[in-house]
Amino acid sequence: MKKIGLIIVCLSGALLLYATQDFPRWGDPNSPASTHVSPRYIQKSLEETDVPNLVTSILADYRGYDTMFETTVIFAAGLSCFILLRAFKKKEDDLYYRHISTGITLHIKGDKTIPASSKEFERIDTMWTPYDLIIKTVCRFLVPFIQIFALYVLAHGHESPGGGFQGGVIFGASFIVIAIAFDLRTALIRFKEKMDGLLSALGVFIYAGLGALCLLLGGNFLNYKELATILPMDPVEARAYGILGVEIGVFIAVMAVMLSIYVNIVSEGRHDEGL
Amino acid sequence: MDVLIHHIIGKYNYWLYTILMMIGLYAMIAKNNLIKKLVGMNIFQTAIILFYVSIACKKGATIPIIEEHGGSVAGHAIRVADYINPLPHVLMLTAIVVSVSTFGVALALAVKIYQKYKTLEEDEILMRLRDK
Amino acid sequence: MIPQLDIIILTLVIVCAIAAISVKDLLGCAILFGAYSFMMCLLWAVMGSVDVAFTEASVGAGVSTVFFVAAVFRTTRRTKD
Repeated sequence: MKKIGLIIVCLSGALLLYATQDFPRWGDPNSPASTHVSPRYIQKSLEETDVPNLVTSILADYRGYDTMFETTVIFAAGLSCFILLRAFKKKEDDLYYRHISTGITLHIKGDKTIPASSKEFERIDTMWTPYDLIIKTVCRFLVPFIQIFALYVLAHGHESPGGGFQGGVIFGASFIVIAIAFDLRTALIRFKEKMDGLLSALGVFIYAGLGALCLLLGGNFLNYKELATILPMDPVEARAYGILGVEIGVFIAVMAVMLSIYVNIVSEGRHDEGL
Repeated sequence: MDVLIHHIIGKYNYWLYTILMMIGLYAMIAKNNLIKKLVGMNIFQTAIILFYVSIACKKGATIPIIEEHGGSVAGHAIRVADYINPLPHVLMLTAIVVSVSTFGVALALAVKIYQKYKTLEEDEILMRLRDK
Repeated sequence: MIPQLDIIILTLVIVCAIAAISVKDLLGCAILFGAYSFMMCLLWAVMGSVDVAFTEASVGAGVSTVFFVAAVFRTTRRTKD
């Protein structure tokens, strides 16, 4: 298998190298990639959409349809991980609880139902997680700053590199930091599974809903200047705010899906413990 | 000799991108472990993204964020040769997003396969499939 | 777009890629894969595409490595090739 692989790879490599002989030199401003559509984007983007960051304005306005389906792909990935791996427990094993103030331990057998989280009783696990003071304290300090940075990246997507997707990944990563430094159940108490599913669908809904709103107001799908009829601004600024709204949708979807994929992979669907 | 120099040295960047792509393709075909195949797939994807991003460069141009801002834009026309081409960047953002989504789902599949067959090597999985 | 930096980072990228598919330990593979992603991000930043580099830094060298380590934790660390 390795020899066949080597032969195939050498043949395709030779074919690709033969094809690159006609390509333009690196850094050529007159290459075909830079002379057809993109000069119009570079010249007209600031006066048509009032957004200095060209990549954000093309991503969310000129090529907004692509980005809508990219958000749908993220949602579908989160959904597939959930469907593949999620294993709801069929029967409860014996549970052990400890009353915090007095130290009395309770052993509850079988299928009695217990409220999920209670302030006076803590659950003693069969899987013991090590207690590390430095990591927990540092994590507790860092997480608010990570989240503020993620919101900053989202809000400044118009003027500096960034946007909805990058901010969403950073925000999701802050929850993953909580899940790694503490234990998985701490992260899941703060961000429940139902909320996770709802938010990931809400992100796609905001995106498509904004496009449909433009359709209802009389224009084309995802043509943000129609929003000027309900918002008190001129059409150019309405496009900038349409871009911001759409990026918020992408942010919410990505944040929920990143945490959901991590939780499902690391706990094999059982949502009890992991890493 | 002149032709050789022009073909190899002049276009050395395409040679390096092709070598990277072929490393990824070789890992996908010839490795037995499922996770190594995934790593090869991701190497292939990022090599293609590198190729597209390199097309967007222009000599002497700056990043695609327009500097003049506010009311003075009408006075100065924006020169196209001053900014690099932003269109491949946009397409590659979508490509990166799709790549990480596929990676997540593929890892979930690998975990599920390990749960059932207790191994991640391709030939052992085929053997256990044949035995059943 | 500085050619010397380009060549150094490209060499490092190819070395990381070959190493990531050759080690026999999947956790080492995960770390080398994270290093490969980070080198790619530097390469794109040098070429001027800051948005793509930002995305790859947060996604490839961040979240993707975490997914990889989580999957290796749940399966096996040893590999035969």
